[in-house]
Amino acid sequence: MTVVAPELDRVPSAAAIRQRRLDVSGAVFKGALLAALALTVALLVLLITDQIVDGWDVLSTRLGDFLTSNVSSRAGSAGVMQGIIGTLTIAVIVAAVAFPIGVGAALYLEEYAQPSRLTRFIDINIRNLSGVPSVVYGILGFTILVKALGSFTGGASVLAGGLTLAILVLPIVIIASAEAIRAVPGALREAGYGVGGTRWEVTRGLVLPNAMPGILTGTVLALARAMGEAAPLILVGALQGFFTGGQWGDLTGPFTALPITIFQWAKQPSDAWRVNTSAAIVVLLVMVLLVNTTAILLRNHFEKRR
Amino acid sequence: MSADPQLDGPVTIDVSDGASTPPAPSADGTVVFDADQLSVFYGSFRAVRDVSLQIKQHEITAFIGPSGCGKTTVLRCFNRMNDLIETARVDGQLTYHGVDLYDPAVNPVEVRRRIGMVFQKPNPFPKSIFDNVAYGPRLAGTKKKSDLEDVVESSLRRAALWDEVKDRLSSSAMGMSGGQQQRLCIARALATNPEVVLMDEPCSALDPIATGRIEDLMAEIKTDYTIVIVTHNMQQAARVSDRCAFFTTEVNEESDVRTGTLVEYDRTDKIFSNPGDQRTENYVTGRFG
Repeated sequence: MTVVAPELDRVPSAAAIRQRRLDVSGAVFKGALLAALALTVALLVLLITDQIVDGWDVLSTRLGDFLTSNVSSRAGSAGVMQGIIGTLTIAVIVAAVAFPIGVGAALYLEEYAQPSRLTRFIDINIRNLSGVPSVVYGILGFTILVKALGSFTGGASVLAGGLTLAILVLPIVIIASAEAIRAVPGALREAGYGVGGTRWEVTRGLVLPNAMPGILTGTVLALARAMGEAAPLILVGALQGFFTGGQWGDLTGPFTALPITIFQWAKQPSDAWRVNTSAAIVVLLVMVLLVNTTAILLRNHFEKRR
Repeated sequence: MSADPQLDGPVTIDVSDGASTPPAPSADGTVVFDADQLSVFYGSFRAVRDVSLQIKQHEITAFIGPSGCGKTTVLRCFNRMNDLIETARVDGQLTYHGVDLYDPAVNPVEVRRRIGMVFQKPNPFPKSIFDNVAYGPRLAGTKKKSDLEDVVESSLRRAALWDEVKDRLSSSAMGMSGGQQQRLCIARALATNPEVVLMDEPCSALDPIATGRIEDLMAEIKTDYTIVIVTHNMQQAARVSDRCAFFTTEVNEESDVRTGTLVEYDRTDKIFSNPGDQRTENYVTGRFG
């Protein structure tokens, strides 16, 4: 068998192995990748600086007042406190409901269910559900949580809104958790069963801790999504005008959330409201950032324990 | 943790039974496993057919043969590990001290506590060295710190690892070398005080020095344990085992279906010096496989 490599001397000279070839396609590809990354970062920076600049009048002069005031009909005294309370309450409800149910469903699908046509069907449909437009979930939330279960949720309440968004992000949590669970090496499970672990012992002691970083990452993404949703909350009945309720712990009363406040103010014609809108956007971005940071710290904590 | 009465009742798994009969390998030692016409299916595909052999107490039994001949599949029947593969099904009979292992009343978890396993690739838990060894005893209900410390130390000593790790028991097992990790996995398997240890190519990922240590270790612990080892390394089988089972693959000319089968099972010296089957001779002399 002969190997044909006509261009190369089999015993090269020093110059031959030192020569540099111009790798055009490689350079172009690398440039394209860099451009894609640069464009993404540039857009984000542009978006954030634009909002900070637009909202600067409010952020620099009356930030404390802005954060602690209720919504108002006067732009100069309007604040986002009810929005912050609503959004944080929704985040807590979503985390408390979607995390345990989502992880439980994923664990059952991955560790317990026998692979069958039915489980495959369920798996595919969970994926489909994660692609259903959020407005549809809003209608679901209105029909079931506001109307049918109104005596429990208090109607158009932050509880109804939070539960609606929990249902909305549930498929995302399940998919992310299932993928994290699937990524746990089979050798680890075998090791656990090999020393006499039951399915529950192996799942709880080995599979779940090792999947936890991935599960938390997925949950955070879901949480950030829920915090930014406006459409389902509008259908559930978040208030767009000014009102006096929406305080801490009022789960069944009228409520609003930051995306709703932003949506409502953005519709106003005057410049003063435009400044308020940008300032509210900055507040929402900071809140999402804080939630993400918390979750990343949690994830690092779990990763260190491995 | 309540033991399954089906296993605890009729089966005598105590060590005194072994102590009364001398551990030296003899032709009429206590039979631990008795396989009779054992076949294993994956779905409708028969991976291994009609394996009949007896594993004797306090002996090292080696399974040798070319890749894909079903050695590992048979080994994993002995502690019901094949249960983890959804489509796997076992036909024929396999008894452990006279009890049918595949009787519906048998609890596979109890079986695995008595029959330890060491896998091909070292698979320590991403936990500390101590927690790796203590995992099995904890599952079995040992709670007291001092008891756990005792069992961890004795298991690590048996696995010839204690001196290397005694000062860093709380550090992660993932930072150990491959050879150390595999000895840790052996220590983890010994920590539940099993009667049998199944080893599935335990040295295939290790260098010759680490392999030598594990072979020494096997020779040392076989007075207390019954060992079944799958190996691709014929020298290893010749060095460590008392008995040797040679498997091969039969190809059906018409359907091209490959089925593993047991060709010959005998004392190791006989398999290597005077095998009864031409195929065994070809394999052990390196003319095939």
